[in-house]
Amino acid sequence: MKFETAATKNPIDQMKIVGQPVDRIDGPAKTTGTAPYAYERHDVVANQAYGCIVGSAIAKGKITSIDVSAAKAAPGVLAVVTYQNAGKLAKADSHTARLLAGPDVQHYDQAVAVVVAETFEQARSAAKLVRVRYDRQPGRYDLAHEVKNAKPPKPDEKDPKPPIQKLGDFDKAFAAAPVKLDQTYTTPDQSHAMMEPHASIAAWEGDKLTVWTANQMIDWAVRDLAKTFSIPKDRIRVVSPYVGGGFGAKLWIRSDALLAALGAKAAGRPVKVALARPQIANNTTHRPATIQHVRLATELDGRITAIAHESWSGNLPGGDPETAVDQTKLLYAGANRLTGMRLAVLDLPEGNAMRAPGEAPGLMALEIAMDEMAEKLGIDPIQFRILNDTQVDPMKPQRPFTQRRLVECMRIGADRFGWSRRNPTPGRVREGRLLIGMGMAAAFRNNLLMKSAARVRLDDRGFVIVETDMTDIGTGSYTVIAQTAAEVMEVPLDKVIVRLGDSSFPVSCGSGGQWGGNNACAGVYAACMKLKSQIAAGGERVAEDFIDYPKELAESQQQSTFGAHFVEVSVDGATSEIRVRRMLAVCAAGRILNPKSARSQVIGAMTMGVGAALMEELAVDTRPNYGFFVNHDLAGYEVPVHNDIPHQDVIFLDETDPLSSPMKAKGVGELGICGVSAAVANAIYNASGVRVRDYPITLDKILGKMSA
Amino acid sequence: MRSFTYEKAATPAQAARAAREPGAKFIAGGTNLLDLMKLEVETPQHLVDVNGLGLDKIESTPEGGLRIGTLVRNTDLAADARVRRDYAVLSRAIVAGASGQIRNMATTGGNLLQRTRCHYFYDTNQPCNKRVPGSGCSAIEGFSRQHAVVGVSKACIAVHPSDMAVAMRALDATVETVKPDGSSRTIPIAQFHRLPGTTPHVESDLAAGELITAVTLPKPIGGTHIYHKVRDRSSYAFALVSVAAIVQRDGTGRVALGGVAHKPWRVEAAESEMPNGAKAVTKRLLAEAKPTKENAFKVQLAECTLDSVLTQAKG
Repeated sequence: MKFETAATKNPIDQMKIVGQPVDRIDGPAKTTGTAPYAYERHDVVANQAYGCIVGSAIAKGKITSIDVSAAKAAPGVLAVVTYQNAGKLAKADSHTARLLAGPDVQHYDQAVAVVVAETFEQARSAAKLVRVRYDRQPGRYDLAHEVKNAKPPKPDEKDPKPPIQKLGDFDKAFAAAPVKLDQTYTTPDQSHAMMEPHASIAAWEGDKLTVWTANQMIDWAVRDLAKTFSIPKDRIRVVSPYVGGGFGAKLWIRSDALLAALGAKAAGRPVKVALARPQIANNTTHRPATIQHVRLATELDGRITAIAHESWSGNLPGGDPETAVDQTKLLYAGANRLTGMRLAVLDLPEGNAMRAPGEAPGLMALEIAMDEMAEKLGIDPIQFRILNDTQVDPMKPQRPFTQRRLVECMRIGADRFGWSRRNPTPGRVREGRLLIGMGMAAAFRNNLLMKSAARVRLDDRGFVIVETDMTDIGTGSYTVIAQTAAEVMEVPLDKVIVRLGDSSFPVSCGSGGQWGGNNACAGVYAACMKLKSQIAAGGERVAEDFIDYPKELAESQQQSTFGAHFVEVSVDGATSEIRVRRMLAVCAAGRILNPKSARSQVIGAMTMGVGAALMEELAVDTRPNYGFFVNHDLAGYEVPVHNDIPHQDVIFLDETDPLSSPMKAKGVGELGICGVSAAVANAIYNASGVRVRDYPITLDKILGKMSA
Repeated sequence: MRSFTYEKAATPAQAARAAREPGAKFIAGGTNLLDLMKLEVETPQHLVDVNGLGLDKIESTPEGGLRIGTLVRNTDLAADARVRRDYAVLSRAIVAGASGQIRNMATTGGNLLQRTRCHYFYDTNQPCNKRVPGSGCSAIEGFSRQHAVVGVSKACIAVHPSDMAVAMRALDATVETVKPDGSSRTIPIAQFHRLPGTTPHVESDLAAGELITAVTLPKPIGGTHIYHKVRDRSSYAFALVSVAAIVQRDGTGRVALGGVAHKPWRVEAAESEMPNGAKAVTKRLLAEAKPTKENAFKVQLAECTLDSVLTQAKG
C-alpha cells in the first residue's frame, strides 16, 4: 500500500482496541522470565560454546604481535580468533570503526580477539592469557582542544542536507537587534546503558549463518553481516524477538554478533558471546559530546529576529556529527537564521545514535538559551516561546506543519503543573534549607516515515497470526501491532498472535528514531486490509503487504511531534544537592496507539532526561597514553535510581494526523526525552540563581555560587 | 581457568592459619571479592570461607558497649535495636551504603576491608600501584573527581569507599582479631586503616592471615547522631563526601569524614573547634588537604555538609 494522500476514515478510527490502554501482551512472558532474550536461547541450537572478547588495551596504534599460545593451551579452549586468522572481513557502511581490530587499533577496547571455550568461565579466564603487543600512536581525545580543526561534515546519503544552512542575513540582524544572547553550552559523551548488554549466539550450517541476537533493526543486521562476510543476504538469518533496551545501541550489529559468528566458524560449533558491562562504554557506540554556540536576537517585544545555533562534535575518521542543530531549523520563528555543524576527528570510540540523536542534546542547549533570553526580556518563558511559535517551516514558509500544537502543550502543562505559582525571580522560594524552583522546556522531535511490511494469516482456529521482522525493544510493539490487527480484522485481542524479530518475516521499519510504532502498525494495517478483501473475495487466507510513502509526502509538509516538559526541583542551600520533585510532560504526537505503553515510553524518556541533566557523563581521560572513557561500569556511569525520580505525569493531547499514515499516529518515545534536561536546568536556575551551561549539572557546579 | 582452592574453616584460629600463605584470602559475603576476581583485579589462589565460624552475634560487653561479630550482616547490624538506639550514626551510615541485596550479604569485617572503587584500579590495562605495586598511579593526573583530598601520597589518591567504617571511626570502635598462632589482639579503628604512603596495596594493619573476629563499640556517649552522605544520585552511589557526627547538647562532639581519604578521616584535635562551627572544624580537619583540580570542590563540600549537619543537630 502506497500512502499517497491524507488518510480518510478507516477501520482504525473505530478505536475499539487501538487507542485503548491495554496491558502488554508480552507482559506475562516477561514477568515470569519465559520471554527468551538472546543470551538465554539455550534451546535453539545444541552444543553451544562460549566466547569472550578481548579488547584493545590502547586507544590508538598498531598491534605488533599477538601470542595466543597460552590461551589456546588453557583448559576447555576451542579456538581463538584474531584478525590474523579471521579471514577477509569487509566493513559495513553503517559502522565507522571496524568491529575487529588489527593490525590497526582505532579505539580503546576495540575487539582484538575472541576466545571460545567449553564454559563461560574458561573463556573469560583464557581471554586474559592472550598476549597482545602494541605500538602506541598519538591520538586526539579532547573535543575542546580539537574544535579548531573541526570542519563542516560532507553531506552523504545518510544525511544529504548541507551542514551549514542560512536564511536572510544573520550577522546583520544580530548586530542590529536591541536584545541579544550569545552563549555556549556543552553536553558530555553519554552511554546508552541499556539493561541487556549486547549478546549473540551464532551457528553455521554449511555456508548458512543463523544469529540469535539483541538487535533493533533485523534487516540492517542481515545486510551488515552479509557485507562483512561478503556472502549473499539469503544465507543469513537473524532472530531477535525480545530486546532488553536499545536506545540506538543496537541499531547495528556489534562485536558480539560478528565475533560469535567468527568464533563459531573457528570452533566448528555454535558460540554465544555477550559483552561484559565494562565493555559497553568503550567497545560499542555512544552519544558524542557537543559544544554548542547559540545566539538569539529579538525586538524589544520579544519577537526573534535572528537565531543561530552551531554545534561542534567529534568522531572517528569517517564518522558522523551529532546533529544537535536540527530542531533549531524548525522550532521557532525568525527571519534571519543560521545553523551549522562542524566535526572534529577524535580517536575515542565510535559516536553514534542514542535516543533522539540530535534533538536530545540540541534542546539541552537551545531550551536553556530560550529561558535566558526570556529573562533578559522580562517575559515569562512560556509567553516568550508562544510569541515565537510558527505554524510553517521557518526556512521554507510555504511548507506548513501537518500538526503543530506546541502552544497548547505549554498552556495545558502550565495549568496542570501550577506554573502561575512560580516565582520568576530565582532563589526566592524556600522550604527550610531547601531552595525550590520550577522550569520548563519545549519538546520537539521529527516524525519519520519508513517503509514497513507484514504478513497476516487467518488460521483454522480463527487466530490471526501477524509476522513481521519488527522488534520490540521494550516499547510495546507486540501490543500495538496486536491491537492494530484485532481492530482491522474485527477479532478480540486474544485471537491475535504476533511474531516479531525474525529475518524470515517480511521486512519492517524496525525500532529506532521513534518511527517504530506508527510505521510498523501501518504495515500491519496494510496487510490486514489486503487479507480482509481477499477473504471477502473467497481468496487465500494469507496476505503480505507493506506501507510506503512517496518522497513528496514528507517534503510537502513538515511532520513533527511536540510537547512541553515541566520540572520542579529542590537545591539544598548548604550542600547544593539537587533533587527533582515533580515532573510533567504534555505530548502532541498524533494518535496514541496505546496510552499505557506510550506513557511508559515517555516516563522512561523523562527519566533518561533527568540522568542527562544531573549525572550522566562518560568521563574522557584525554592524556596521550589513555584516551578512553574511564568510568566504564554502572558504579561509575550513574543513571537515575528510583529515589531520584519522584511523581511523573504524562498528558497526551487528543490528536490524529491524517498525513502520518493510515494509523494517524506518530512517534512519541523520543519526544519524551527531548527538552527534559533543559527543563531541569531551568528549574535549578529558578531555585538557586545559578545558571549552569555545562552538563551534567552536578552539585560541584553550584556549590559556593548561590548568593546566600 | 584460573583455579583456586577452597576450604571452609572450622575455627577462627584455623582460618587464620589457612590464610597465612601468600595468595590466600578470606571470603565472607563475597560482595566485593567476587566482583574483583571476575575482573582479575584480585587473583587469590586459596579461599578460606569463614561463614561457618559462628561469629555472627551482637552481644553486650561488660563495659556497656556492644561486641559485633565479624560475620554480622550489614542489614542485621543496621536493624539491631541497640544499635539504632545507642549508635544511630552507625545504622544510618550502613543504610546509606550499597543496596538492600548487597547489605544482606556484606559482613562487618568485610565492609571494613572493602577495596577502593577507583576506576583505574578496576581497569587491569592501566597502571595502578594498589593493584600492581610500582606500576604507577593513573588517577593523580587523570579522572580524579571521586578521589581523596587528604592523606594522599605520590603513589595513590584512592579513597576508602565504606560508609560503615566512617561511623565506626566516629564511635571509636576497636577491631578484634585472631592471628595464625592463635593469639588475639585489639586494634583501635584509628590505627586499623592505613594511609597509602609508598605502599598503597597495604590497606590495613592486619598481618598475614590475621582474621577480624569482632568490632567492639564502647559504651554509648549519647548526643545527636547524624550521617549525611552527599553523592551524585540519591541512592546506590559512593560518597563524594560524607559526614558522621555525634553532637552533644553543649555543641561539643565528634566528626569523621568519608569520601575524602584512604581511610575514614577523623582528626580529634579538630573537634575542639566544634562549638565554633563547621568552618573552624574543617579548617583543621582538612588542613593538610592536597586536592586535584577535579576534586578540589570536596574541601568546600565537606565544610558545607558539616555546617548543614551542625545546624540539623541544633534543630
